[in-house]
Amino acid sequence: MNHLFEYVLRLGDDSLILGHRLSEWCGHGPVLEEDIAMTNIALDLVGQANSLLEYAANVEGKGKTADDLAFLRIDKEYRNLILVEQPNVDFGHTMMRQFLFDAYRKILFEKLLESGDEQIAAIAAKSLKETKYHLKHSSEWVIRLGDGTEESHRRIQNALDTLWRYTEELFYSDEVDESLRASGVLPDLSSLKQEWTNYVHAVLNEATLEIKEETWYFQNGRQGYHSEHLGYILAELQFMQRAYPGMEW
Amino acid sequence: MKEENIEELERQFQEKIDNDIKIEPRDWMPDNYRKTLIRQISQHAHSEVVGMLPEGNWITRAPNLRRKAVLLAKVQDEAGHGLYLYSATETLGADREDTIDDLHDGTAKYSSIFNYPTLTWADMGAIGWLVDGAAIMNQVPLCRCSYGPYARAMVRICKEESFHQRQGFEIMTTLANGTPEQKAMAQDALNRFWWPALMMFGPNDADSPHTAQSMKWKIKRHTNDELRQQFVDVTVPQAELIGLTVPDPDLKWNEETGHYDFGPINWDEFWAVVNGNGPCNKERIDARRKAKEDGEWVREAANAYAAKKRTKKAS
Amino acid sequence: MSNKEWPLWEVFIRSKQGLNHKHAGSLRAADEIMAIENARDVYTRRSEGVSIWVVESKNIFASNPDEADSLFEPADSKIYRHPTFYEVPDGIEHM
Ligand SMILES: [Fe+2]
Ligand SMILES: [Fe+2]
Ligand SMILES: [Fe+2]
Repeated sequence: MNHLFEYVLRLGDDSLILGHRLSEWCGHGPVLEEDIAMTNIALDLVGQANSLLEYAANVEGKGKTADDLAFLRIDKEYRNLILVEQPNVDFGHTMMRQFLFDAYRKILFEKLLESGDEQIAAIAAKSLKETKYHLKHSSEWVIRLGDGTEESHRRIQNALDTLWRYTEELFYSDEVDESLRASGVLPDLSSLKQEWTNYVHAVLNEATLEIKEETWYFQNGRQGYHSEHLGYILAELQFMQRAYPGMEW
Repeated sequence: MKEENIEELERQFQEKIDNDIKIEPRDWMPDNYRKTLIRQISQHAHSEVVGMLPEGNWITRAPNLRRKAVLLAKVQDEAGHGLYLYSATETLGADREDTIDDLHDGTAKYSSIFNYPTLTWADMGAIGWLVDGAAIMNQVPLCRCSYGPYARAMVRICKEESFHQRQGFEIMTTLANGTPEQKAMAQDALNRFWWPALMMFGPNDADSPHTAQSMKWKIKRHTNDELRQQFVDVTVPQAELIGLTVPDPDLKWNEETGHYDFGPINWDEFWAVVNGNGPCNKERIDARRKAKEDGEWVREAANAYAAKKRTKKAS
Repeated sequence: MSNKEWPLWEVFIRSKQGLNHKHAGSLRAADEIMAIENARDVYTRRSEGVSIWVVESKNIFASNPDEADSLFEPADSKIYRHPTFYEVPDGIEHM
């Protein structure tokens, strides 16, 4: 297995699939201003997916493009977190999903600035600026909704309860990470979970939300075992490329 | 005495307009000027926002990452346009929420083109090319309209619109130069959107009784038929250039007038769609209403939180 | 306006260092933090700004257009405030 390819794919697929989910909001947001804000985030994520998948394709060295990777793999070949493929449900779920992910992504990108791989460091630097804003936006919403009205509290608490089981996967690590750590591509990521936990707890606390610890966490997305939702995402995402193979658009 | 006073105010008002002095929100204006503007600007705002839906329909199915980003950015721009225009109506004393309620209960109109379905990817091309193209033709003259906030919103909008038509034409060009399947897809989209695009300019001048007053007030700068003709004249050569056929057997260049002659528009269809019986009227309004209703608890929560924070600060 | 809707804010944007903040438009937001973020998302999508001010619209006080004559016309007659009012003899430079 090409470990670098595998790792960049994981990063790229997170952006791709979450960007897809967020883009479903376009035209349906709770108010025009927020519609525009969510689309900005979706655009950042699609841009990240493009850079990361392009790099992954280069690393793979089989002459593929970012689009080939984005649109022409089968479900088992997607490496995204199960968290990011979860449905929008309502604005509360969407913001909670975003918050849990953004907090992880921001800390991760900060660390990846130190990557021994120039490309990864460069992509991290650009994406970090975007992600800081995403995290500010989603943290503020989690607090607003948590400490807003009874209904908003109930809804966002519900979102947290539903999504918490997918958070352990944020820190999933296997031989891919280990070998890249050994070769200096990855910096020391051992404090990622603690830093994430500190930040997330602080925000959830301010939002008056409670974590109900789970007994089981889902974390097979990195290996290509997903929830049922991914299949439907791919059905839409890949529709054109599958229905009209090999054409320019 | 009072009536004379109003006549005098109206005379001064018209004089300002004739001298190209812009009217600003707090200036005196005739009731009808205000009402006509509120109707015109809010219809325009609704069109921008409802217009997000037919294109939004293809965002998750865009064929590659570049097209996906462009389409997202384009549809997002339309949300911005709606917002700028709702803001302009608010300067006339029309609350955004009330204005939107008028859309949702069917009293307010919006551009009928958005009641047609987007069936294939080529429709993204046809909409950008034809619908944004027609909109730009309508909107550029409005940058000089007499009402300051509307004119300023239009300047901003027109600047942003400039890539919308190009990205659409680029899609069409790519398809027209593509496989036979793609070319057929492009031609089919042109067939379906050509006539609705011509209808976007509104009824014939003879059936448009308010045009004269609106032109005198400079809130409309060209008649519907003038703009429609201009659109046909610039668009037909573009279609020819990429090898697509405009679906009008009567279309031909008229050497004498220096314009294209074109066939009759099906005004029955136009009025049917305007009056709610287009293929997607119900879906469009339902979607907008649902967005508003589903967002209510969110807007409420943000207000409640802001109020709590203010109280905390004050104490 | 029902209490479910957010208040209106006016947005002022500095397009680059060295220039004034200029009115860009308005928007809705529940509080000032959200107003700044919404302004960023709505009014600087094409790099139109480097700094944003927001002010709740209800806090803006405007001059009365009916008083424009008495407020602004008196200045029109003070032509001696403008350099073109003065005669400078030929041959004098840098003045
Ligand atoms: Fe627009
Ligand atoms: Fe428009
Ligand atoms: Fe447009």
